[in-house]
Amino acid sequence: MQTEIDDMIKTDILIIGAGPVGLFTVFEAGLLKMKCHLIDALAQPGGQCSEIYPKKPIYDIPGFPEILAGELTDNLLEQCKQFTPGFTLGERADKIIQNNDKTFTITTNKGTKHNAPVIAIAGGLGSFEPRKPNLENISLYEENGVEYMIKDPEIYRNKKVVIAGGGDSALDWTIFLANINSKVTLVHRRNEFRGALDSVEKVRDLKNQNKINLITPAEIIELSGEKKLSSLKIKQEEQIHEIDTDYFIPLFGLSPKLGPISNWGLEIENNAIKVNTFDYQTNIPGIFAVGDINTYPGKLKLILCGFHETTLMCQSAFKILNPGKKNILKYTTVSGVEGFDGTKKTAPKSVIQAINE
Amino acid sequence: MQDIDLIIQDREGIIHKVQAPTDMALNLMEVIKMHNLAPEGTLGTCGGMAMCASCQCYAVSKNIELPVKSDDEEAMLSEAFFVKENSRLSCQITITEELNNLEIEIAPYE
Repeated sequence: MQTEIDDMIKTDILIIGAGPVGLFTVFEAGLLKMKCHLIDALAQPGGQCSEIYPKKPIYDIPGFPEILAGELTDNLLEQCKQFTPGFTLGERADKIIQNNDKTFTITTNKGTKHNAPVIAIAGGLGSFEPRKPNLENISLYEENGVEYMIKDPEIYRNKKVVIAGGGDSALDWTIFLANINSKVTLVHRRNEFRGALDSVEKVRDLKNQNKINLITPAEIIELSGEKKLSSLKIKQEEQIHEIDTDYFIPLFGLSPKLGPISNWGLEIENNAIKVNTFDYQTNIPGIFAVGDINTYPGKLKLILCGFHETTLMCQSAFKILNPGKKNILKYTTVSGVEGFDGTKKTAPKSVIQAINE
Repeated sequence: MQDIDLIIQDREGIIHKVQAPTDMALNLMEVIKMHNLAPEGTLGTCGGMAMCASCQCYAVSKNIELPVKSDDEEAMLSEAFFVKENSRLSCQITITEELNNLEIEIAPYE
C-alpha cells in the first residue's frame, strides 16, 4: 500500500488538459509558488492549437495582432518553463477518487496515478479520441496490429506497415517510417492529399523511388489474422488487393469526446462543466474547470477568457493549499518571476548616475 | 436586407424552419448553432475552418445552387464518415439571399 502512494505523481495542482489555458495555469500557479502537473490524451502539449490548427493565425490574443496557434503554444511553454511542470502525455484521465485527507487521486487509462489537493480541468472540448474506420472486426486487433496513434516509432522499424489517411499525420508518418526502413503502404480514398506542400512532395519522391507503396483512390475493407493482424484487403476502384502486414495505422484525425469526466459527479450542462464565476469551482470543492470545458451565464469559448478564468482560479487554489495564509497580488514587473528551476527574471535596474559632474 | 428561411432537419429527424439574417456574414454551421439544433460540442468543433467534419450536412434542395466546394472542403469530406453525393460542410456555406428556402439535413454525429 505504501509503495502505491510512493509511485504516485504528486503535485499541488493537477491540470487535466495541456492546451493554452492549462499551460497558462502553470505560470499563474507558479507565481503563487504552486507546482503543476498536466495530463493530456494527446502526445504533445498545445491541445487543439497544436493538434487541429497549428498553422492557423489567431487575431484575438491580447498584445498579439497575429500569432499562429503553434507559436502561441511554443510561447506558453516557454513562459511556464521556469515552473518546471510535469507532463503525462498520451494518456487520458479516467478515474478520480477523493482520499480521506481531501486530496484527489486521478488514474489514467494507462494506469498512471496522480495525487493533488487541487484539480483544474482545462479539458477544452474533451479528450481527443481517434476517429476509427468502420471495419467489422477492428476492435479485435486494437493493440494487436492496429494502432491509432504512433507513440514509439521504433516498434515499426523493418516492419510492414499500412497507413490509411490523407492528411498531414498520414504523410508525415509515411515519411518518418519509410526513413527507418519500415515497408510502408499508404492508402487514401482520393488521389489528392491535404497537407504541407513539402510533405506531399517528399511522399511523391518516396513513391517515385519505390521506397513506399502508394495505393489511391482506395480503402481498407477487411482485416484478418489469428489473434494478431496479419493481412488486410484493400479495395482500389474495382480491384481488390490482399496484402500481408504487421501493422495497420488508420490516421483519420481525432474527434473530441467529453469522455470519463462526465462520470465524475460534476454538474454537466450542454456537454460542459458548470462552474461559478467567482473562482470557476465546480460543484465538487477542490475541482475547478477553466477554459472551453466550463459553462456559466455569459460564457464565451475564447482562449483569452480561459486565461482570465484560470488566473482567478489560482487564487482559490492558493487558499486550499495554504489554509489561513494571507496572499497579496504581486506585479511581475515589480517582483520579477522566480522559477522553481532557480532562474529569476527581473526588470533591469535603472542607473543612478550624475551626468553633470 | 431581409432574413431568409431555411429548413433544417436535425439528427433526431425533427424538421425546423428557421430564419437567418444575410447581413451578418454568417455561415450555415453558425445558423445551426444559433438555433441550438445540435447539442453543444457535437457540431462545428473546429470553429469553421473545414478541419473537422462535425458540421457535415446533406443538401436536400435540388433547385438551389450552393457555392462550389473549396479544395479544403473537398479534402475534409474525403476523410469524413457518412459521406453522400450531396454532403457539404455547413461552415463553408455563407448565408446569402440565394439560399432562401434551402433544405438541409444534419449528418449523423461520428
